[in-house]
Amino acid sequence: MKNYVIIGNAIAATGCIEGIRSVDKEGKITVVSAETRPAYCRPLISYYLEGKTTVEKMSYRAPDFYDKNGCEVLYGKKAVKLDAENRTVSLDDGSTLPYDEVCVAAGSSPFVPPFGGLDTVPAKYSFMTLDDTLALEQAITPESRVLIVGAGLIGLKCAEGIRERVKELTVCDLADRVLSSILDSECAAIMQKQLEDHGIRFLLGDSADRFEGSRAYMKSGEVVDFDVLVLAVGVRANTGLVKEAGGEVNRGIVVDTRMRTSLPHVYAAGDCAEGEDITFGGRRVLAILPNASIQGRCAGVNMAGGEDVFDKAMPMNSIGFFGLHAMTAGSYYGEAEGGMMFEERTPTKLKRLFTRDGLLTGFILIGEPERAGIYTALIREKVPLKEIDFDRLKKVATTTVFSAEERRKKFGGVV
Amino acid sequence: MKRVYVNEQWCLGCHLCEYNCAFANSGMADMASALKGKPIYPRIHVEEGEQISYAVSCRHCTDPLCVKSCIAGALHMEEGVIEISRDKCVGCFTCLLVCPYGALTPGEDGIMQKCELCLKNACGEPACVSGCPNRAIVYEERGAAT
Repeated sequence: MKNYVIIGNAIAATGCIEGIRSVDKEGKITVVSAETRPAYCRPLISYYLEGKTTVEKMSYRAPDFYDKNGCEVLYGKKAVKLDAENRTVSLDDGSTLPYDEVCVAAGSSPFVPPFGGLDTVPAKYSFMTLDDTLALEQAITPESRVLIVGAGLIGLKCAEGIRERVKELTVCDLADRVLSSILDSECAAIMQKQLEDHGIRFLLGDSADRFEGSRAYMKSGEVVDFDVLVLAVGVRANTGLVKEAGGEVNRGIVVDTRMRTSLPHVYAAGDCAEGEDITFGGRRVLAILPNASIQGRCAGVNMAGGEDVFDKAMPMNSIGFFGLHAMTAGSYYGEAEGGMMFEERTPTKLKRLFTRDGLLTGFILIGEPERAGIYTALIREKVPLKEIDFDRLKKVATTTVFSAEERRKKFGGVV
Repeated sequence: MKRVYVNEQWCLGCHLCEYNCAFANSGMADMASALKGKPIYPRIHVEEGEQISYAVSCRHCTDPLCVKSCIAGALHMEEGVIEISRDKCVGCFTCLLVCPYGALTPGEDGIMQKCELCLKNACGEPACVSGCPNRAIVYEERGAAT
Protein backbone atom coordinates (compact mmCIF):
# COMPACT_ATOMS: atom_id res chain seq x y z
CA MET A 1 0.00 0.00 0.00
CA LYS A 2 1.42 3.33 -1.06
CA ASN A 3 1.93 6.14 1.36
CA TYR A 4 1.12 9.59 -0.06
CA VAL A 5 1.83 12.94 1.56
CA ILE A 6 0.39 16.20 0.24
CA ILE A 7 1.88 19.43 1.56
CA GLY A 8 -0.84 22.05 1.36
CA ASN A 9 -4.61 21.81 1.47
CA ALA A 10 -6.12 24.07 -1.14
CA ILE A 11 -7.11 23.62 -4.78
CA ALA A 12 -4.04 21.74 -6.06
CA ALA A 13 -4.14 19.46 -3.02
CA THR A 14 -7.81 18.68 -3.68
CA GLY A 15 -7.03 17.89 -7.31
CA CYS A 16 -4.16 15.71 -6.15
CA ILE A 17 -6.41 13.72 -3.79
CA GLU A 18 -8.91 13.17 -6.59
CA GLY A 19 -6.13 12.24 -8.99
CA ILE A 20 -4.67 9.67 -6.62
CA ARG A 21 -8.08 8.16 -5.90
CA SER A 22 -8.89 7.86 -9.61
CA VAL A 23 -6.08 5.31 -9.75
CA ASP A 24 -5.48 4.02 -6.21
CA LYS A 25 -8.42 3.52 -3.84
CA GLU A 26 -6.33 1.97 -1.08
CA GLY A 27 -3.17 4.01 -0.45
CA LYS A 28 -2.80 6.16 2.62
CA ILE A 29 -3.12 9.92 1.99
CA THR A 30 -1.91 12.41 4.59
CA VAL A 31 -2.58 16.10 3.99
CA VAL A 32 -0.51 18.71 5.80
CA SER A 33 -2.71 21.78 6.16
CA ALA A 34 -1.22 24.97 7.57
CA GLU A 35 -4.66 26.56 7.52
CA THR A 36 -7.10 25.23 10.06
CA ARG A 37 -10.03 24.66 7.71
CA PRO A 38 -10.95 22.37 4.83
CA ALA A 39 -10.06 23.49 1.31
CA TYR A 40 -12.01 26.58 0.32
CA CYS A 41 -12.33 28.67 -2.81
CA ARG A 42 -9.57 31.17 -2.23
CA PRO A 43 -10.53 33.48 -5.13
CA LEU A 44 -13.91 34.01 -3.48
CA ILE A 45 -12.57 35.98 -0.54
CA SER A 46 -13.45 39.28 -2.21
CA TYR A 47 -16.91 37.96 -3.09
CA TYR A 48 -17.37 37.12 0.57
CA LEU A 49 -16.67 40.72 1.59
CA GLU A 50 -19.07 41.86 -1.11
CA GLY A 51 -21.78 39.65 0.35
CA LYS A 52 -22.01 37.37 -2.70
CA THR A 53 -21.10 34.20 -0.85
CA THR A 54 -20.71 32.86 2.67
CA VAL A 55 -17.94 31.00 4.47
CA GLU A 56 -20.05 27.81 4.24
CA LYS A 57 -20.64 28.14 0.50
CA MET A 58 -16.97 28.86 -0.11
CA SER A 59 -16.04 25.32 0.81
CA TYR A 60 -14.43 23.76 -2.29
CA ARG A 61 -15.81 20.28 -1.73
CA ALA A 62 -18.60 18.66 0.28
CA PRO A 63 -18.00 18.34 4.05
CA ASP A 64 -17.42 14.57 3.80
CA PHE A 65 -14.77 14.94 1.07
CA TYR A 66 -11.75 13.89 3.12
CA ASP A 67 -13.57 11.02 4.81
CA LYS A 68 -14.92 9.71 1.53
CA ASN A 69 -11.45 9.81 0.04
CA GLY A 70 -9.79 8.26 3.06
CA CYS A 71 -7.52 11.21 3.83
CA GLU A 72 -6.02 12.17 7.12
CA VAL A 73 -5.74 15.94 7.34
CA LEU A 74 -3.26 17.41 9.81
CA TYR A 75 -4.73 20.86 10.45
CA GLY A 76 -2.59 23.69 11.74
CA LYS A 77 0.63 21.86 10.91
CA LYS A 78 3.44 23.14 8.73
CA ALA A 79 5.97 21.14 6.78
CA VAL A 80 9.40 22.48 7.67
CA LYS A 81 11.72 20.07 5.90
CA LEU A 82 11.63 17.73 2.95
CA ASP A 83 14.21 14.94 2.90
CA ALA A 84 14.08 13.56 -0.61
CA GLU A 85 16.76 10.97 0.04
CA ASN A 86 15.08 9.30 3.01
CA ARG A 87 11.63 10.25 1.75
CA THR A 88 10.35 12.02 4.84
CA VAL A 89 8.60 15.28 5.58
CA SER A 90 9.28 16.93 8.94
CA LEU A 91 6.53 19.01 10.55
CA ASP A 92 6.72 21.99 12.87
CA ASP A 93 5.48 19.87 15.78
CA GLY A 94 8.64 17.76 15.60
CA SER A 95 6.98 14.77 13.97
CA THR A 96 8.12 13.11 10.75
CA LEU A 97 5.99 11.65 7.99
CA PRO A 98 7.46 8.98 5.73
CA TYR A 99 6.21 8.91 2.14
CA ASP A 100 6.44 6.94 -1.05
CA GLU A 101 5.27 9.91 -3.14
CA VAL A 102 4.89 13.50 -2.04
CA CYS A 103 3.17 16.45 -3.69
CA VAL A 104 4.22 19.95 -2.72
CA ALA A 105 1.09 22.07 -3.13
CA ALA A 106 2.26 24.77 -0.78
CA GLY A 107 0.90 27.78 -2.66
CA SER A 108 2.37 31.22 -2.39
CA SER A 109 2.85 33.90 0.23
CA PRO A 110 2.26 37.63 0.09
CA PHE A 111 5.35 39.55 -0.83
CA VAL A 112 5.85 42.60 1.36
CA PRO A 113 8.48 45.07 0.17
CA PRO A 114 10.63 46.62 2.88
CA PHE A 115 8.67 49.88 3.26
CA GLY A 116 10.19 52.19 5.84
CA GLY A 117 8.09 52.47 8.96
CA LEU A 118 5.74 49.62 8.07
CA ASP A 119 6.10 48.31 11.61
CA THR A 120 4.56 51.53 12.92
CA VAL A 121 1.27 50.93 11.04
CA PRO A 122 -1.30 49.75 13.58
CA ALA A 123 -3.83 48.21 11.16
CA LYS A 124 -2.26 46.37 8.23
CA TYR A 125 -3.53 43.30 6.43
CA SER A 126 -2.69 40.90 3.64
CA PHE A 127 -5.42 39.59 1.35
CA MET A 128 -4.63 35.95 0.60
CA THR A 129 -6.46 33.69 2.98
CA LEU A 130 -9.89 33.47 4.53
CA ASP A 131 -8.33 34.30 7.89
CA ASP A 132 -6.84 37.49 6.36
CA THR A 133 -10.29 38.29 5.01
CA LEU A 134 -12.12 37.78 8.29
CA ALA A 135 -9.52 39.91 10.08
CA LEU A 136 -9.90 42.68 7.48
CA GLU A 137 -13.66 42.48 7.83
CA GLN A 138 -13.31 43.04 11.57
CA ALA A 139 -11.07 46.05 11.00
CA ILE A 140 -13.21 48.03 8.56
CA THR A 141 -16.16 50.23 9.45
CA PRO A 142 -18.40 52.47 7.34
CA GLU A 143 -16.12 55.32 8.40
CA SER A 144 -12.85 53.64 7.40
CA ARG A 145 -10.37 55.19 5.02
CA VAL A 146 -8.52 52.33 3.35
CA LEU A 147 -5.26 52.39 1.44
CA ILE A 148 -4.54 49.37 -0.74
CA VAL A 149 -0.97 48.98 -1.95
CA GLY A 150 -1.13 47.09 -5.25
CA ALA A 151 -3.47 47.55 -8.23
CA GLY A 152 -3.20 43.97 -9.43
CA LEU A 153 -5.84 41.27 -9.38
CA ILE A 154 -5.71 40.81 -5.61
CA GLY A 155 -5.67 44.48 -4.65
CA LEU A 156 -8.47 45.46 -6.99
CA LYS A 157 -10.74 42.55 -6.10
CA CYS A 158 -10.21 43.53 -2.48
CA ALA A 159 -11.16 47.10 -3.39
CA GLU A 160 -14.36 45.95 -5.08
CA GLY A 161 -15.17 43.66 -2.17
CA ILE A 162 -15.04 46.37 0.48
CA ARG A 163 -16.10 49.41 -1.57
CA GLU A 164 -19.61 49.58 -0.13
CA ARG A 165 -18.39 48.90 3.38
CA VAL A 166 -15.89 51.73 3.82
CA LYS A 167 -15.82 55.50 3.41
CA GLU A 168 -12.73 56.12 1.31
CA LEU A 169 -10.67 53.83 -0.83
CA THR A 170 -7.31 54.66 -2.38
CA VAL A 171 -5.25 52.20 -4.41
CA CYS A 172 -1.62 52.86 -5.25
CA ASP A 173 0.76 50.95 -7.46
CA LEU A 174 4.28 51.43 -8.72
CA ALA A 175 3.06 50.45 -12.22
CA ASP A 176 1.56 53.21 -14.36
CA ARG A 177 -1.65 51.26 -14.92
CA VAL A 178 -4.03 48.88 -13.19
CA LEU A 179 -3.85 45.10 -13.76
CA SER A 180 -0.48 45.53 -15.43
CA SER A 181 0.17 41.78 -15.55
CA ILE A 182 -2.80 41.10 -17.83
CA LEU A 183 -3.86 44.35 -19.55
CA ASP A 184 -2.17 46.76 -21.94
CA SER A 185 -2.41 50.49 -21.25
CA GLU A 186 -5.56 51.21 -23.20
CA CYS A 187 -7.50 48.29 -21.76
CA ALA A 188 -6.23 49.09 -18.30
CA ALA A 189 -7.53 52.65 -18.67
CA ILE A 190 -11.04 51.33 -19.35
CA MET A 191 -11.01 49.19 -16.23
CA GLN A 192 -9.51 52.01 -14.19
CA LYS A 193 -12.32 54.33 -15.25
CA GLN A 194 -14.89 51.71 -14.25
CA LEU A 195 -13.31 51.48 -10.81
CA GLU A 196 -13.04 55.27 -10.48
CA ASP A 197 -16.70 55.61 -11.45
CA HIS A 198 -17.42 53.48 -8.40
CA GLY A 199 -15.53 55.72 -6.05
CA ILE A 200 -12.05 54.22 -5.99
CA ARG A 201 -9.17 56.69 -6.15
CA PHE A 202 -5.87 55.75 -7.77
CA LEU A 203 -2.29 56.81 -7.24
CA LEU A 204 -0.46 55.10 -10.09
CA GLY A 205 3.22 55.21 -10.91
CA ASP A 206 3.55 55.96 -7.23
CA SER A 207 4.50 54.05 -4.15
CA ALA A 208 4.78 54.56 -0.45
CA ASP A 209 8.15 55.98 0.47
CA ARG A 210 7.55 55.45 4.17
CA PHE A 211 4.82 55.02 6.72
CA GLU A 212 4.37 56.83 10.00
CA GLY A 213 1.56 55.22 11.93
CA SER A 214 -1.58 55.59 9.82
CA ARG A 215 -0.04 57.98 7.36
CA ALA A 216 1.70 57.11 4.09
CA TYR A 217 4.24 59.48 2.57
CA MET A 218 4.18 58.71 -1.12
CA LYS A 219 7.17 59.02 -3.46
CA SER A 220 5.24 61.65 -5.43
CA GLY A 221 5.07 63.81 -2.32
CA GLU A 222 1.40 63.05 -1.70
CA VAL A 223 0.39 62.20 1.85
CA VAL A 224 -2.34 59.63 2.44
CA ASP A 225 -4.01 59.27 5.81
CA PHE A 226 -5.75 55.97 6.32
CA ASP A 227 -7.30 53.81 9.00
CA VAL A 228 -6.64 50.44 7.41
CA LEU A 229 -3.77 49.41 5.16
CA VAL A 230 -4.01 46.42 2.79
CA LEU A 231 -0.78 45.08 1.32
CA ALA A 232 -1.42 43.44 -2.03
CA VAL A 233 1.84 44.05 -3.83
CA GLY A 234 2.27 40.53 -5.06
CA VAL A 235 2.95 36.96 -4.09
CA ARG A 236 5.91 34.63 -4.15
CA ALA A 237 5.76 30.92 -4.70
CA ASN A 238 6.57 28.85 -1.63
CA THR A 239 9.59 27.04 -3.00
CA GLY A 240 11.69 26.70 0.16
CA LEU A 241 11.06 23.02 0.96
CA VAL A 242 12.11 21.81 -2.47
CA LYS A 243 14.96 24.26 -2.79
CA GLU A 244 16.48 23.20 0.53
CA ALA A 245 16.06 19.56 -0.45
CA GLY A 246 18.23 20.27 -3.50
CA GLY A 247 15.46 20.41 -6.11
CA GLU A 248 15.45 22.76 -9.08
CA VAL A 249 13.73 25.99 -8.26
CA ASN A 250 13.36 29.19 -10.22
CA ARG A 251 10.52 31.59 -9.47
CA GLY A 252 8.54 28.51 -8.68
CA ILE A 253 9.31 24.85 -8.20
CA VAL A 254 10.30 23.61 -11.65
CA VAL A 255 7.97 20.86 -12.91
CA ASP A 256 7.64 18.88 -16.12
CA THR A 257 4.36 18.10 -17.85
CA ARG A 258 3.73 15.25 -15.39
CA MET A 259 4.26 17.64 -12.45
CA ARG A 260 7.48 15.90 -11.46
CA THR A 261 10.12 18.06 -9.84
CA SER A 262 13.83 17.37 -10.35
CA LEU A 263 13.73 15.22 -7.19
CA PRO A 264 12.55 11.61 -7.47
CA HIS A 265 9.10 10.91 -5.99
CA VAL A 266 8.56 14.63 -5.38
CA TYR A 267 5.80 16.37 -7.35
CA ALA A 268 4.62 19.96 -7.22
CA ALA A 269 1.38 21.62 -8.31
CA GLY A 270 -0.47 24.91 -8.11
CA ASP A 271 0.75 28.38 -7.26
CA CYS A 272 4.14 27.11 -6.03
CA ALA A 273 4.97 25.34 -9.30
CA GLU A 274 6.58 26.66 -12.46
CA GLY A 275 5.67 24.79 -15.62
CA GLU A 276 5.57 25.38 -19.34
CA ASP A 277 3.31 28.18 -20.66
CA ILE A 278 2.34 27.11 -24.18
CA THR A 279 1.88 30.70 -25.34
CA PHE A 280 5.19 31.90 -24.04
CA GLY A 281 7.75 29.31 -25.01
CA GLY A 282 9.13 28.98 -21.53
CA ARG A 283 8.21 28.24 -17.98
CA ARG A 284 6.10 30.51 -15.81
CA VAL A 285 4.38 30.42 -12.47
CA LEU A 286 0.72 30.49 -13.48
CA ALA A 287 -1.00 31.24 -10.21
CA ILE A 288 -4.58 30.72 -11.34
CA LEU A 289 -7.14 28.33 -9.98
CA PRO A 290 -7.76 26.25 -13.12
CA ASN A 291 -4.06 25.55 -13.35
CA ALA A 292 -3.88 24.50 -9.71
CA SER A 293 -6.76 22.06 -10.01
CA ILE A 294 -5.53 20.52 -13.27
CA GLN A 295 -1.90 20.31 -12.14
CA GLY A 296 -2.94 18.83 -8.81
CA ARG A 297 -4.99 16.14 -10.47
CA CYS A 298 -2.20 15.41 -12.95
CA ALA A 299 0.31 15.05 -10.12
CA GLY A 300 -2.02 12.75 -8.20
CA VAL A 301 -2.62 10.41 -11.13
CA ASN A 302 1.12 10.11 -11.80
CA MET A 303 1.96 9.65 -8.11
CA ALA A 304 -0.43 6.71 -8.01
CA GLY A 305 1.20 5.08 -11.00
CA GLY A 306 -1.23 6.27 -13.67
CA GLU A 307 -0.40 8.29 -16.76
CA ASP A 308 -1.41 11.91 -17.04
CA VAL A 309 0.17 14.81 -18.88
CA PHE A 310 -0.75 18.48 -18.63
CA ASP A 311 0.89 20.32 -21.49
CA LYS A 312 -1.71 22.99 -22.22
CA ALA A 313 -1.12 25.51 -19.48
CA MET A 314 -1.39 29.21 -20.18
CA PRO A 315 -2.30 32.37 -18.34
CA MET A 316 -5.98 33.25 -18.40
CA ASN A 317 -8.17 35.40 -16.23
CA SER A 318 -11.79 36.35 -16.04
CA ILE A 319 -12.06 39.35 -13.82
CA GLY A 320 -15.00 41.67 -13.41
CA PHE A 321 -15.48 44.89 -11.51
CA PHE A 322 -18.92 46.25 -10.73
CA GLY A 323 -20.38 44.36 -13.69
CA LEU A 324 -17.70 45.09 -16.31
CA HIS A 325 -15.80 41.93 -17.22
CA ALA A 326 -12.31 41.68 -18.63
CA MET A 327 -11.36 38.31 -20.05
CA THR A 328 -7.75 37.69 -20.93
CA ALA A 329 -5.65 34.76 -22.04
CA GLY A 330 -2.24 33.90 -23.41
CA SER A 331 0.57 36.19 -24.48
CA TYR A 332 0.43 39.43 -26.42
CA TYR A 333 3.29 39.78 -28.89
CA GLY A 334 3.99 43.18 -30.37
CA GLU A 335 5.03 43.82 -33.96
CA ALA A 336 8.70 43.83 -33.00
CA GLU A 337 8.27 40.24 -31.81
CA GLY A 338 6.48 39.17 -34.97
CA GLY A 339 3.00 39.55 -33.55
CA MET A 340 -0.13 41.16 -34.97
CA MET A 341 -3.16 42.61 -33.25
CA PHE A 342 -6.75 42.74 -34.49
CA GLU A 343 -9.15 45.03 -32.78
CA GLU A 344 -12.92 45.41 -32.68
CA ARG A 345 -14.50 48.13 -30.64
CA THR A 346 -17.79 49.75 -29.86
CA PRO A 347 -18.39 52.46 -27.27
CA THR A 348 -18.86 49.81 -24.58
CA LYS A 349 -16.73 46.91 -25.77
CA LEU A 350 -13.12 46.33 -26.72
CA LYS A 351 -11.75 43.14 -28.22
CA ARG A 352 -8.10 42.58 -29.01
CA LEU A 353 -6.88 39.37 -30.60
CA PHE A 354 -3.14 38.74 -30.77
CA THR A 355 -1.65 36.40 -33.37
CA ARG A 356 1.78 35.20 -34.32
CA ASP A 357 2.99 32.63 -36.84
CA GLY A 358 -0.57 31.90 -37.93
CA LEU A 359 -1.78 31.10 -34.42
CA LEU A 360 -3.87 32.95 -31.90
CA THR A 361 -1.55 33.58 -28.94
CA GLY A 362 -3.68 35.77 -26.72
CA PHE A 363 -6.68 38.05 -26.32
CA ILE A 364 -8.21 40.78 -24.23
CA LEU A 365 -11.98 41.10 -24.22
CA ILE A 366 -13.58 43.93 -22.29
CA GLY A 367 -17.33 44.04 -21.88
CA GLU A 368 -17.81 41.12 -24.25
CA PRO A 369 -17.47 37.85 -22.36
CA GLU A 370 -19.89 35.83 -24.52
CA ARG A 371 -18.44 32.51 -25.65
CA ALA A 372 -14.88 33.66 -24.90
CA GLY A 373 -13.90 30.02 -24.45
CA ILE A 374 -13.99 29.55 -28.21
CA TYR A 375 -11.03 31.92 -28.47
CA THR A 376 -9.31 30.27 -25.51
CA ALA A 377 -9.63 26.85 -27.14
CA LEU A 378 -7.97 28.12 -30.33
CA ILE A 379 -4.94 29.11 -28.26
CA ARG A 380 -4.96 25.96 -26.16
CA GLU A 381 -5.25 23.62 -29.15
CA LYS A 382 -2.93 25.73 -31.34
CA VAL A 383 -5.45 25.73 -34.17
CA PRO A 384 -3.88 27.12 -37.39
CA LEU A 385 -5.92 30.20 -38.23
CA LYS A 386 -5.82 29.39 -41.92
CA GLU A 387 -8.03 26.38 -41.20
CA ILE A 388 -10.87 28.50 -39.86
CA ASP A 389 -12.82 31.57 -40.94
CA PHE A 390 -10.71 33.93 -38.88
CA ASP A 391 -12.20 37.08 -40.41
CA ARG A 392 -15.56 36.06 -39.04
CA LEU A 393 -14.05 35.06 -35.73
CA LYS A 394 -12.57 38.54 -35.29
CA LYS A 395 -16.12 39.88 -35.21
CA VAL A 396 -17.82 37.22 -33.15
CA ALA A 397 -16.88 34.19 -31.08
CA THR A 398 -18.66 31.36 -32.86
CA THR A 399 -18.02 27.71 -33.64
CA THR A 400 -19.41 28.23 -37.16
CA VAL A 401 -15.91 29.32 -38.20
CA PHE A 402 -14.80 25.69 -38.14
CA SER A 403 -15.00 23.43 -41.19
CA ALA A 404 -17.96 21.07 -41.55
CA GLU A 405 -15.67 18.16 -40.67
CA GLU A 406 -14.46 19.88 -37.51
CA ARG A 407 -18.02 20.74 -36.52
CA ARG A 408 -19.01 17.12 -36.99
CA LYS A 409 -16.23 16.05 -34.64
CA LYS A 410 -17.15 18.66 -32.05
CA PHE A 411 -20.91 18.26 -32.11
CA GLY A 412 -21.51 14.82 -33.58
CA GLY A 413 -20.20 12.65 -30.78
CA VAL A 414 -18.93 12.40 -27.26
CA VAL A 415 -16.16 14.88 -26.47
CA MET B 1 -25.01 8.04 -21.47
CA LYS B 2 -27.53 9.89 -23.63
CA ARG B 3 -26.50 13.35 -24.72
CA VAL B 4 -27.91 16.06 -26.98
CA TYR B 5 -26.61 16.08 -30.56
CA VAL B 6 -27.45 18.26 -33.52
CA ASN B 7 -28.01 17.52 -37.19
CA GLU B 8 -27.06 20.84 -38.68
CA GLN B 9 -28.39 19.98 -42.14
CA TRP B 10 -31.88 19.76 -40.66
CA CYS B 11 -31.78 22.85 -38.47
CA LEU B 12 -34.15 25.56 -39.71
CA GLY B 13 -32.71 28.20 -37.41
CA CYS B 14 -36.17 28.74 -35.95
CA HIS B 15 -34.88 29.22 -32.38
CA LEU B 16 -37.79 27.25 -30.97
CA CYS B 17 -35.31 25.21 -28.90
CA GLU B 18 -34.29 28.38 -27.11
CA TYR B 19 -37.89 29.13 -26.17
CA ASN B 20 -38.60 25.56 -25.12
CA CYS B 21 -35.46 25.56 -23.00
CA ALA B 22 -36.27 28.83 -21.30
CA PHE B 23 -39.80 27.65 -20.62
CA ALA B 24 -38.74 24.22 -19.34
CA ASN B 25 -36.41 25.85 -16.85
CA SER B 26 -38.78 28.63 -15.82
CA GLY B 27 -40.70 26.41 -13.42
CA MET B 28 -43.92 27.98 -14.69
CA ALA B 29 -46.97 26.14 -15.96
CA ASP B 30 -47.78 28.09 -19.07
CA MET B 31 -45.43 29.28 -21.78
CA ALA B 32 -47.03 32.64 -22.49
CA SER B 33 -46.77 33.90 -18.94
CA ALA B 34 -43.25 32.48 -18.65
CA LEU B 35 -41.84 34.08 -21.79
CA LYS B 36 -44.13 36.62 -23.42
CA GLY B 37 -42.68 40.10 -23.62
CA LYS B 38 -39.59 39.19 -21.58
CA PRO B 39 -35.97 38.69 -22.51
CA ILE B 40 -35.26 34.95 -22.42
CA TYR B 41 -32.24 33.23 -20.94
CA PRO B 42 -32.05 29.80 -22.57
CA ARG B 43 -29.32 27.25 -21.93
CA ILE B 44 -29.14 26.40 -25.60
CA HIS B 45 -28.47 28.84 -28.41
CA VAL B 46 -28.61 28.65 -32.16
CA GLU B 47 -25.30 29.29 -33.87
CA GLU B 48 -25.77 30.87 -37.29
CA GLY B 49 -23.14 30.95 -40.01
CA GLU B 50 -23.52 32.02 -43.61
CA GLN B 51 -25.14 28.81 -44.84
CA ILE B 52 -25.68 26.87 -41.67
CA SER B 53 -27.34 26.91 -38.30
CA TYR B 54 -27.34 24.50 -35.41
CA ALA B 55 -28.11 24.56 -31.72
CA VAL B 56 -25.36 24.39 -29.11
CA SER B 57 -25.82 23.36 -25.50
CA CYS B 58 -23.50 21.75 -22.98
CA ARG B 59 -21.63 18.79 -24.50
CA HIS B 60 -21.30 17.14 -21.08
CA CYS B 61 -17.61 16.54 -21.83
CA THR B 62 -15.99 13.49 -20.32
CA ASP B 63 -13.10 15.64 -19.09
CA PRO B 64 -14.79 18.98 -18.46
CA LEU B 65 -12.57 22.05 -18.29
CA CYS B 66 -15.39 24.09 -16.75
CA VAL B 67 -15.57 21.79 -13.73
CA LYS B 68 -11.82 21.88 -13.21
CA SER B 69 -11.71 25.66 -13.65
CA CYS B 70 -14.68 26.76 -11.54
CA ILE B 71 -13.32 29.04 -8.84
CA ALA B 72 -16.39 28.52 -6.67
CA GLY B 73 -16.59 24.73 -6.72
CA ALA B 74 -20.05 25.23 -8.19
CA LEU B 75 -19.71 22.99 -11.25
CA HIS B 76 -19.59 19.25 -10.72
CA MET B 77 -20.22 16.01 -12.51
CA GLU B 78 -22.96 13.61 -11.42
CA GLU B 79 -22.97 10.34 -13.34
CA GLY B 80 -21.69 12.03 -16.47
CA VAL B 81 -24.01 15.03 -16.27
CA ILE B 82 -22.34 18.35 -15.58
CA GLU B 83 -24.43 20.25 -13.08
CA ILE B 84 -24.16 23.66 -11.51
CA SER B 85 -24.94 24.61 -7.93
CA ARG B 86 -26.24 28.06 -8.66
CA ASP B 87 -26.20 28.99 -4.97
CA LYS B 88 -22.41 28.59 -4.98
CA CYS B 89 -21.75 30.40 -8.28
CA VAL B 90 -20.64 34.02 -7.96
CA GLY B 91 -20.80 34.89 -11.67
CA CYS B 92 -17.06 35.25 -12.25
CA PHE B 93 -17.37 33.87 -15.82
CA THR B 94 -14.28 31.64 -15.61
CA CYS B 95 -16.32 28.73 -17.02
CA LEU B 96 -17.29 30.93 -19.93
CA LEU B 97 -13.60 31.66 -20.49
CA VAL B 98 -12.68 27.99 -20.75
CA CYS B 99 -15.64 26.25 -22.42
CA PRO B 100 -14.57 25.48 -26.02
CA TYR B 101 -18.19 25.35 -27.17
CA GLY B 102 -19.52 28.57 -25.70
CA ALA B 103 -22.12 26.49 -23.92
CA LEU B 104 -22.45 28.37 -20.63
CA THR B 105 -24.33 31.62 -20.31
CA PRO B 106 -25.33 33.82 -17.41
CA GLY B 107 -28.95 33.89 -16.36
CA GLU B 108 -31.01 36.99 -15.69
CA ASP B 109 -29.38 37.29 -12.26
CA GLY B 110 -25.82 37.21 -13.64
CA ILE B 111 -25.29 33.76 -12.17
CA MET B 112 -24.25 31.09 -14.65
CA GLN B 113 -26.64 28.49 -15.94
CA LYS B 114 -26.21 25.52 -18.19
CA CYS B 115 -27.97 22.59 -19.79
CA GLU B 116 -28.61 19.80 -17.31
CA LEU B 117 -30.56 17.77 -19.89
CA CYS B 118 -33.89 18.72 -18.23
CA LEU B 119 -33.33 15.72 -15.95
CA LYS B 120 -34.24 17.69 -12.86
CA ASN B 121 -37.01 19.90 -14.13
CA ALA B 122 -40.60 18.97 -14.93
CA CYS B 123 -39.73 17.78 -18.45
CA GLY B 124 -37.54 14.88 -17.41
CA GLU B 125 -35.85 14.84 -20.82
CA PRO B 126 -34.46 17.63 -23.00
CA ALA B 127 -37.24 20.04 -23.96
CA CYS B 128 -35.16 21.33 -26.88
CA VAL B 129 -35.24 17.86 -28.41
CA SER B 130 -38.92 17.09 -27.90
CA GLY B 131 -39.91 20.51 -29.24
CA CYS B 132 -37.68 20.56 -32.31
CA PRO B 133 -40.00 20.57 -35.35
CA ASN B 134 -37.45 19.03 -37.72
CA ARG B 135 -35.64 16.52 -35.49
CA ALA B 136 -32.49 18.61 -35.87
CA ILE B 137 -31.72 18.03 -32.19
CA VAL B 138 -31.65 14.48 -30.89
CA TYR B 139 -31.09 12.88 -27.49
CA GLU B 140 -29.28 9.60 -27.84
CA GLU B 141 -26.32 7.43 -26.97
CA ARG B 142 -23.25 7.91 -29.18
CA GLY B 143 -19.52 7.34 -29.12
CA ALA B 144 -16.84 9.81 -30.14
CA ALA B 145 -17.15 11.12 -33.69
CA THR B 146 -14.33 9.57 -35.67
